[in-house]
Parts: sequence; C-alpha cells; structure tokens
Amino acid sequence: MAAEGTAKGRAGRAGSYGIIALFTIFSAFPFYWMLITTFKSTPDLLKRGNNPFLLNEPPTLEHLKVLFHDTLFGQWIWNTLFVGVLVVAITLLLAVPAGYALARVMGRTGEHLGIGIFLTYLVPPTLLFIPMSRIIGDLGLQDSLWSLVLVYPSFTIPFSTWLLMGFFKAIPKDLEEAAMIDGLSRFGAFVKVVIPISVAGILTTVIFTLTLVMQEFVYAITFITAVRNMTVSVGVPTFLVHGDVYFWGSLMAGCFISSVPVALLYNFFVDRFVTGFTMGAVKG
Amino acid sequence: MAIVETRDVLKMFGDVKAVDGVNLATNEGEFLVLLGPSGCGKTTLLRMIAGLEQPSSGDIVIGGQVVTALPPRARKIAMVFQSYALYPHMTVAKNIAFPLKAQGMAREEQGKRIEKSASMLGIGHLLHRKPRELSGGERQRVALARALVREPAVFLLDEPLSNLDAKLRTSARDELQQFQRQVATTTIYVTHDQVEAMGLGHRIAVMDAGRVRQLGTPQEVYHNPADTFVATFLGSPPMNLIETPEYSLGFRPENFLPREVYGKGDALLSLPCRVTRLEYLGSDRLVYAVTEGKLGGHRVISKLPSNISVFMQPGERHEFALPEKEFKFFDPHTGLRAAPRAL
Amino acid sequence: MATPERGASSQAPAKSLGGLLDRPEWLGPLMIGPAVLFIVLVVGIPFLLALYYSVSDISMGDRTMRFVGLKNFIAVAGTSNFQTSIVNTFVFAIVSQILVIVFGTALALALLREFRGKWFIRFLLLLPWVAPISLGTIGWLWIFDSTYSVLNWALEALGLITPQGWYMWLGIPYLAMGSVIAVHVWRILPLATVILLAGLSSIPQDIHDAALVDGAGYWRHLTQITVPLIRPIMLVAGLFGLVFAFTDMIVIFVLTRGGPYDTTQVLSTLAFFTGIQGGDIAEGAAIALFLFPMLLAVAIGFLRVARRAEVV
Repeated sequence: MAAEGTAKGRAGRAGSYGIIALFTIFSAFPFYWMLITTFKSTPDLLKRGNNPFLLNEPPTLEHLKVLFHDTLFGQWIWNTLFVGVLVVAITLLLAVPAGYALARVMGRTGEHLGIGIFLTYLVPPTLLFIPMSRIIGDLGLQDSLWSLVLVYPSFTIPFSTWLLMGFFKAIPKDLEEAAMIDGLSRFGAFVKVVIPISVAGILTTVIFTLTLVMQEFVYAITFITAVRNMTVSVGVPTFLVHGDVYFWGSLMAGCFISSVPVALLYNFFVDRFVTGFTMGAVKG
Repeated sequence: MAIVETRDVLKMFGDVKAVDGVNLATNEGEFLVLLGPSGCGKTTLLRMIAGLEQPSSGDIVIGGQVVTALPPRARKIAMVFQSYALYPHMTVAKNIAFPLKAQGMAREEQGKRIEKSASMLGIGHLLHRKPRELSGGERQRVALARALVREPAVFLLDEPLSNLDAKLRTSARDELQQFQRQVATTTIYVTHDQVEAMGLGHRIAVMDAGRVRQLGTPQEVYHNPADTFVATFLGSPPMNLIETPEYSLGFRPENFLPREVYGKGDALLSLPCRVTRLEYLGSDRLVYAVTEGKLGGHRVISKLPSNISVFMQPGERHEFALPEKEFKFFDPHTGLRAAPRAL
Repeated sequence: MATPERGASSQAPAKSLGGLLDRPEWLGPLMIGPAVLFIVLVVGIPFLLALYYSVSDISMGDRTMRFVGLKNFIAVAGTSNFQTSIVNTFVFAIVSQILVIVFGTALALALLREFRGKWFIRFLLLLPWVAPISLGTIGWLWIFDSTYSVLNWALEALGLITPQGWYMWLGIPYLAMGSVIAVHVWRILPLATVILLAGLSSIPQDIHDAALVDGAGYWRHLTQITVPLIRPIMLVAGLFGLVFAFTDMIVIFVLTRGGPYDTTQVLSTLAFFTGIQGGDIAEGAAIALFLFPMLLAVAIGFLRVARRAEVV
C-alpha cells in the first residue's frame, strides 16, 4: 500500500493491532482463566487479597484428580464421542448424496429445495424440544444416548447438506461430464470422481458435524437425566454445579480439556468451512 | 469410425431456441469444425451429440444408429473439454486408464493401450505426474491421450486450444491436425476462432443464433459466403458491405486496393474514398475510409500488403478500385446470397 | 479387435438400472429423498406436534388431549413474565447482533493485514465459537462470581471501585442483562468475523486499487466501497446471528436462569422452564411458538439476500 510509510499508515497499523489485541484478549481470557484455575490450590482461589491472574501458591493437580476420579467426566467424553461418531455416519450417508443432487442434478428446483433445507436448520431446538421429548418418551428412548443419535441429525443434516452443496458446486462440471463420456453413469461419476475430489470438503463437514454435536445442550438436557448417560456439554455444568458448592477448579479443568483440543482441530478447517458456507449462500 | 448426423435437432432453454433445427452430417473420418460467435449454439450442439444434453426434439445418429436416448458412455465417443477436465486426484496414467477401467478391460490390455496412446502423443515420461504438475500444453496432450485410448468412433473437441497461450496454440494446432489425419477418426471441433477453423477443418459449419448458416470447405465459406452473416463473420478484417435498397454488395478488404495498383485491362469498379484512419500491422496496412460519389457514405476497409507502398494519409481523398469478379451480391432483406447483377 | 463387442455389451445395462442412474429426473429425487424424508420425520412432525400441543390442554402427567383453541396463547400472553420475556428477547437479540456486526467488521478489517503469528491469533479468536458453549459460559460464571470475580478484583486494583463496592454482576438487573449480552457477543463474534473476513478477502484487489487511484480517503473507501460490497455477506452473518440470539438459551440458562426477577428471561428459557421443568407442555409449546414469527421474518430476510446475491 502506498500509505504504508506515512504517519497515517502507521496510525492505521497501530489501530489494527490495537483492535486485534483487544478482541484477542476478550476471546481468549476465559480460557486462560480456566487454565490457571485448573492448577490453583483451593485456598489460593478463595483468598480475595491474592492476585487472581497469578499462581500465588505452588500448582496442584488436585482438581484434575477430582475431575477424573470423583466424577464421570471420562464417561461423558466417551458418551459424546459415541454420539458424535454415529451422528457423523448418519449425516454423511444422507447429506453427501443430497448435497450433490442439489448442487448438480436438480437444476433450478435444487436451488429452491436447497434454500428450503437450509431454512429447516433455522428451526431451532427451542421450538421442537417439547414435542420431541414426548416422542422420545413414547419410543422408550429417554435417558438413552440413542435419543441423541436419532435427534441430532435433524440439525446436522440440513447444515451439512448446505455445506456440501457449496463444495460440490465448486467442482468443475467438466470433470463429471468427462467421466460420463469415459464410460460411467451419472451416479458412477459421482462415486468415482466427485467423492474422491471432495475428500477435503467431506472431512470439513465431519469436523463441523462433530463440533455441532459437542455444542448441543438443549436436547441433551431435556432427554438425559441420568448422570451416567450425559454428554460433556451437559454433564460438566449440571453435575459439577449442582448443590451450593462449586468445584471451580475441577469445573474449569473440565471446560478447558473439552474445549481446546476441538478448537485446535477446527482451526485447520475453518477456511474451507467458510468457503463452503458462503459458496452455498452466494453462488446460484 | 462413423458418420455423425443430427436430424432436425432442436434445443430449447426455457423460451430460447439455443439450437434451432440443425441438420448436419459428417463424412467418414472427417474433421468438421463448428464455428460461430459465443452463444450461437455450437457448444450446445456438441453436447447433444455427446449426450450431455438431451435435444428437445430431433435425433442424433452415430454410425447409423439412433443414439438420442443413450447415455454418453454408450455412444462410443470421446471428448476433449476446454478445461481438459483431467481428474485432479489421479496420475496421468490413471487418467488415461480411466475410460478403459470403466469398460472393465483386462489389465495387460490396458497397459498396452496406455503405452500406445502415450507414446503417440509424446507424454510417456509424464505418466506418474498429477495434472497440477503439468504445463498447459502437456495437459492438452494428456486429454487427447485419454480421448484416444478407448479408440472411439468419434472425437468431440470443445475449444481445446483456448486455454493455451498464443505461441503454443499455433504449434498445438499443427499437432492436432497431424494427429487427426493420422488416426483418421471422425472429429467434430467447436471453436469461435476462425483461424483455427480455417486451418484445421475439412469442412466448416458456420453457426449463428442456433442455425447452421453455411456448411462448406474453408475455401467455400470464405470465397462464397452463403449470406451476409458468414461474409462478415469470416475474414479479418471482415468483408466490406455496401448496402443499398436494391442490393448489398460485398467485397473482401484484400481485393479493395488503390486504383493505381491494378492494370489497365481488368474490369474494375472505381470508388473514390476519403481516408479516415491508417493502421500498420507489420505485414499489412489497413486503410479505413468512407466512400464518396455514386455509392458514397459507406465505411470500408482496405487491406494493403506491405509490398504496396502507395503513400496515403488521413483526411486525403484517394481513388480505390475492386475487380468485378470479386463482387458478392446479397439480398438486402434476407441477407442471402443473390445472383450477380449490374450496379 | 475386441472393442466392438465390448462396446455393445456395455450398452445393454444402460436401458435398465443404469438408465435410471443416468436420468436426472430419477437420480435427483433418489439421492435427496432419504435426507428430505429424515428431515420431515424429525423436524416436520415435531413442528406440527408443537402446533397441536399449543392448542391443547396436554400436560406431563395427563396423556389425554383436548382441543382448547387459543386458550394457551391467551393465558400465556396475559402473564407479566411472558411480556417481560418478549421485551428481553428483542433487547438481547438486537443489541447483541448490532455489537457483533460492528465489532466483527472492525476485527475483520484489522485481520486483513498480514502479520506474524496470525494463525495463532486466529486460533485464540475462534476459541469461544468452537468450545462447547455451555462450558465456555461456565468459565464466565466463574469470572462473574459474586465473591471472587476477577473483574471486580481488576477494577479495585485500578482504583475504580472500593472493596465494599464489588459488583454483583449477575445479581443486578441491568448488569445481568449486560453480562449475558457480553457473553453472547463473545460467543458469536468469531463466526461473524470469519464470515466477514471471507467476504472482505473476496473483493478483488483491483477494486481497492481503483478506489485508491480515484483518490478515496479511508472513510470514503470504507463506507462507499468496502462495506457495500460485503453487504450481502454481512446480512447472511447478521441473520444467522439473529437466529442464534432469538433461540439460544444456553448462555442465559447457565449464567442467570432468567433471573434476577426475570430480567434476563427470554422466550426460549421461559419455554424450557414452563414446558419441561414445570411440566405444562401445552403452555411451553405456546411460548416457543411465539418465536416462530420472528424466525419467519429472518427466513424471509435470508431468502431475499440469497435472491439478490444470485444476481451478482
């Protein structure tokens, strides 16, 4: 940029870095807070005079011990993964062909239907959880992880279909047509050419489906009451907060451990995610 | 090898007639070029022949068999796309093998075929590369090899040279022609570039607005255009047209030269002109002028080869002339070619 | 040569099953059918049931249902905590979305520059969006804790408040609303920023160069070139955020449970407390359905953006 060397340019750069610094602190501070709380001894936590930003006493692993031994945290993680993997499988099975059909096979109708499917993603759990809890009850699934496996695809499928539609639209049509001329059927071209090319997009969809499952709270708290069957996002806040005594150290440890690894994974895919998301939204 | 025919092929996109009742038939082993401006329906016609689009009505016939209802894979065709459409996740060898695998051909046979077509196109050393590691020219050859390997009855090519830079395009054109003459497979080639069309085709079908305006050899379409569209679409610069209520008179810029260039014996039409602009193109000089006198008020262009060194400058009047045997008359209403007549 | 026979045999199946898989009018519905069926079953039917419950007298213990017309809606609309909730829902959603779009645009513009460590900064900025929201909010619960709040400690250290003047962040009406809005902004901001950043990066450099050559200053450049060009993306991000803000109950559920004195109660939390914890399914369904007109408005807005974007 021409203005880089001037006083104005320097001011602009300082302004940008200022904004970035401010918001980075805003975003990351709670996680720093979780981390430092995890290793603080309880007396240190509860003394008002101590500088809360620092470790005033030697770090302790006590809170982690409590989290893994005295709570079902490990079980919750396992439950979350169990639901996550099954939901991802169901979602891919239904959303991959659907996304392709919308992007390529159905033309104009596909575009309208695509927007229609995306709109169902906007129908929130808050609108549906009351009748859904009845249905789950009638199916005899309350307190069972299978209830979540059944219900979660209701939002992961619309979302993934939309995302995948964006990815499929970005694949040159020529490739499928070449495959059809080279001897495959339309469906064959989809299986043998389109899917292998879209591996990165499909992987992105998997990651995002997983995070949606990890985030979900409303259905999980409505359907699951047995502590053994809770997922992480419900188990930590309900079980560890219940009662008047807050186990802040263990609580923060649980929050930190279940947040940061997923976030790391997510960061690798976020660019592709945004491409798919906006491609579906903007390209007709 | 086969003859490709289109019978009354019509294609509607909504209310728009993209292809409007086209009847075409290739000869055995012919290189037929579909030439026209963008949006003239040439690519749509090619895609219907390939089976990638369904005609709204009419039939496609390949080798005597009506294939209109058959999917692309059952038509024994091969196609080279503008983008080449190489499968990005496969090596060159896998790309070439793809049509053979789809047929379920035995492995040893596949290997032989791949080797044969790769060596024919000189890409034997590239077999283990991925498409993204190839140059534009190499990609084009791989696309040709993939088309060749299944020994199709017909080649369809959709502007396969347009992604190459100008220099490469000339040599690729040359290779493409040699290649086609060598395999002698019926080829239909779509382009909007008249130089490609003239240089490559046995015959050219000039298309406009969904119709074939003229089908003929390069010489025929250039020297005997069937209508004013063909006349003005071909040639660079295009044919001059002097339109009067009774007739349209066409003549090529290279036949429209300063009066003094012609000998005394020729039957000539003299046209006084005012020169408006000059363009030097190296080997040629273009003179933009406005006619005066009896056929006055028309913009015309004269193309002077560099060995004609008559001095001219903008603003001055100059006597131009053209031989009467170069006159092309057209009906002023239909634009169709008309019989020679007196002026 | 073996090809002719092979060619002939490969044509035969094209007429049966292969033919079906070639024709778009069959293949399309075949591929999308299962997904649509599933969505109808797990979204459509519960939605219709919600409609039905809202005009019935169903409750947790009693399985028989009678049609009661609009009685639930009328009963609900008359209560003061419902009226407060409606107002709160709008305040919460609109204030948080305005903040998100303004902050998100500023942050995205700042992030357009290349600098070292951008990858790590972006990771930190994304954390609130990726972390399970209930857990992130628990982090804030500890930050806002009435006795040990780090915010109060910091304010006291800066000399802004006295040890006796520590704020009850979640216990005082306006502060509580401010706190839940802040946490919601904290959670949505990363998504908005990333989407806006994608919009900004998709503007061709040529256009920025042209504006520079044409002599546009910073503000003119921003308001007349950059922002209009990303407006469709901005709207998509904004509408998406609105849906979250209207319907999401996690932040409020974890931080305040709607308190103090219902001052942070919104429709979604009220529906949960009435329908699930209170056992009054019919009234809960009626409350949740009041969300529907708002979502419909957002959906229409979304469709208009999508249509306009298609023209571009």
